[in-house]
Amino acid sequence: MSSIQDVEAMLRSALVPVEPSEALGDRLVRGLSGLTDAAADELADWELSAMRDPRNWGRPAAAAMVGGAAAGALVLARARQQHQRRNTGGLRALERSLRDVSGDIRRRIGR
Amino acid sequence: MGLVEDKRRLDGDFTELYRSHLRDVYSYAYYRIGNHHDAEDLTEQTFLQAYRHFERAQRESDGRPLRPWLIRIAHNLAANYYRDRSRRPQTHLDDAAIVSAPHDTETLVEGRQELAAVLEGVANLPDDRREALIMRFALGMDNREIARALGRTEGATKVLIHRAIRQLEEGLEAGDDER
Repeated sequence: MSSIQDVEAMLRSALVPVEPSEALGDRLVRGLSGLTDAAADELADWELSAMRDPRNWGRPAAAAMVGGAAAGALVLARARQQHQRRNTGGLRALERSLRDVSGDIRRRIGR
Repeated sequence: MGLVEDKRRLDGDFTELYRSHLRDVYSYAYYRIGNHHDAEDLTEQTFLQAYRHFERAQRESDGRPLRPWLIRIAHNLAANYYRDRSRRPQTHLDDAAIVSAPHDTETLVEGRQELAAVLEGVANLPDDRREALIMRFALGMDNREIARALGRTEGATKVLIHRAIRQLEEGLEAGDDER
């Protein structure tokens, strides 16, 4: 062991990038689904009478944003899984997933 | 219409960020923490948190790459992980780095020992030096990106990395002398 260059070379060999497991993709989907469900529940619990109080206006909006955000992330996680299973048709899979999740969100918030 | 389009664009951008950097975040988490189980937890939490703040981060990034921001989230979560559980990074990783090129048995054993010594040396460095080396060598980040992730200047980051390598070199030399 003699020089900085040697150490750098060894670091390049030792600190190789690590591929995550397939199971991690599934976990991400579940985590993001949880966010989506929580946002949908928030919307369901919110009663119309609360709309008269401007102090409550922020809550459903925030819930919708989180739900939408989680749905989007869910789409990408699903799309990635499908992409890994099939190298072709990835964009179609993404579009299908986006439609599925958008429909799901619309049903949940009753639009 | 505008909101729907904005949302669609935002989702597309996050998809791209996720695809591009899942391996980066996971590699960072793995070398930072030292086992696959907790690295998966950390990676999951990083992306969940990233999505919650993605719109703002994108707005404020001014077109700069978001990888340093993503790694900074992982960095903060990892700091909480150690603070909450009073842990230190594992010296021995679940499975040490792979020697990719084929070698004869003797060379392979020597190579593995050498890599194990390097990984042990990295794990024993002070937190900021260890992180800088992980970002540079496992993630391939340049000084500017590392500086943003660590909240330092580029100059300070350059010095940090230099000192980290020096300290590691001294540690490896001391190990050689003992053997």
